[in-house]
Amino acid sequence: MNIENALYVLSSVLFIFGIKRLSHPKTARSGNSIASMGMLIAIVTTLLANSNISIELVAIGIIIGAIIGAFFAIRVEMTQMPQMVAIFNGFGGIASALIAAAEFLNPGDILSTFSLATISLSVFVGTLTFTGSFIAFGKLQGFVSGQPIVFPGQQFLNALIGISILGLSVYITTAPDQINIFYILIALSALIGIALTIPIGGADMPVVISLLNSYSGIAASSTGFVLNNNALIISGALVGASGLILTNIMCKGMNRSLANVIFGAVGLDQGPSPDGEAKQINIKSYSTEEAAMIFDAAEKIIVVPGYGLAVAQAQHAVREVADFLSKKGKTVLYAIHPVAGRMPGHMNVLLAEANIPYDQLKDLDEVNNEFEDCDVALVLGANDVVNPAARHDSSSPIYGMPILDVDKSQTVIINKRTMNTGFAGVQNELFGYDNSIMVFGDAKDMLQQLLKDLKEL
Amino acid sequence: MDINILTVFILAVFVGVEIITKVPPTLHTPLMSGSNAISGIAIVGAIISTKIGGEVGSWLGFAAVIFATVNVVGGFMVTDRMLKMFKKK
Repeated sequence: MNIENALYVLSSVLFIFGIKRLSHPKTARSGNSIASMGMLIAIVTTLLANSNISIELVAIGIIIGAIIGAFFAIRVEMTQMPQMVAIFNGFGGIASALIAAAEFLNPGDILSTFSLATISLSVFVGTLTFTGSFIAFGKLQGFVSGQPIVFPGQQFLNALIGISILGLSVYITTAPDQINIFYILIALSALIGIALTIPIGGADMPVVISLLNSYSGIAASSTGFVLNNNALIISGALVGASGLILTNIMCKGMNRSLANVIFGAVGLDQGPSPDGEAKQINIKSYSTEEAAMIFDAAEKIIVVPGYGLAVAQAQHAVREVADFLSKKGKTVLYAIHPVAGRMPGHMNVLLAEANIPYDQLKDLDEVNNEFEDCDVALVLGANDVVNPAARHDSSSPIYGMPILDVDKSQTVIINKRTMNTGFAGVQNELFGYDNSIMVFGDAKDMLQQLLKDLKEL
Repeated sequence: MDINILTVFILAVFVGVEIITKVPPTLHTPLMSGSNAISGIAIVGAIISTKIGGEVGSWLGFAAVIFATVNVVGGFMVTDRMLKMFKKK
């Protein structure tokens, strides 16, 4: 018993060391291995310390799970990482909910009020995480509309479900034999997971994924309370904290409160705004050939990648252009906004995949004073994160959001597929600036053509 | 006793906040997939839930073992795959 606990503590310590090594790309990979050692120790300890478990079920379950997990891990494209993390959050949640349910349904166990309360919590958070993650996955994958889904009385309905869940949870702690009530609790938890995720727009997904990540940790922790197991409590707390910190960073990156992201339904297509139509902007559209000449004359170039780059799978094409420019003695940097892409760090992983060294990838704070003496800022499929209206137009929905100051560069070259607005639904005044040039087209095609034109100069 | 595990939880949150704020934005995606893997620690509870004679509970435990293993194996593998790509010039 004491050895068992000591080994669980050891595995928790290894998780902590593992995450600690994630503080630098050089040590990160070994950190991941250390954490996986911790997991192995926890699993072996559990197998050895519990004699009454069904070894057959465990073995078959682990084999099936390992095959599915390995398949996902090997096959997933880096552009699809947000979907993968979303679905994995869901799996973590449902695993915790199932364990708590098993504990509740097991005959013969007499459960204390504390156990019953934590079981309700695990089932609630775990199920909510599962269905919420499934919707988030659907939105990212495109089989659920990325547009916010809203209807009248939505908040009222959510509040009603929330209160019912709270009431039933309290009731369960006094009447543990009410299995039907328990099932209703599960159904309502599943429902609220869906109800809270459908009104959130595609561009707010970084926040949602981070939040669901946190929930999956909280679910694991509360299951730890049910089973009185330190490994679950500590690991769940680490994951919960990690998700919360990322959620916070994402909210700051958009200058919005968490409540506004969850209940604001931002990105909803509300039709032309009353004064929006009046602001006609005149844009200059250039060919790649003309753009190539501007690049040729530039000394310092900053690339600003956005979700459009991921959609076009243009990460390799951008690296080829950057390599060519670097060989000509030009400086090339990448400016990465915290909410670029669909999850925290999404752009960094894509660019790393294309072999772009991580020391060229710069954060918002690091890079923003670099635009002053930058000759060309190349904006690839990013929109709201470079909209100067965020700095001065208090009527703009993105007002106050920290942005990349690309407009301070000598020239801004913006690549977009069409003139459609960004996800916040606002037209970008940057496109009409005197130093702005638009190059339309798919990011990958455009970059490949640009490279060809650069070579012909 | 319940206070003991609550203490463990609260201290772990503090440790978590302390170490995770030091993870640079570049590594936020691997941090998330890595924490997916760590939340697969639910496998410990899942294994215990498969206890013999548990009837329905054992099957729920079995399902939980599958889900948690997907997280553990998939999470650690994909994190490794990503971290392998981060190179200095």
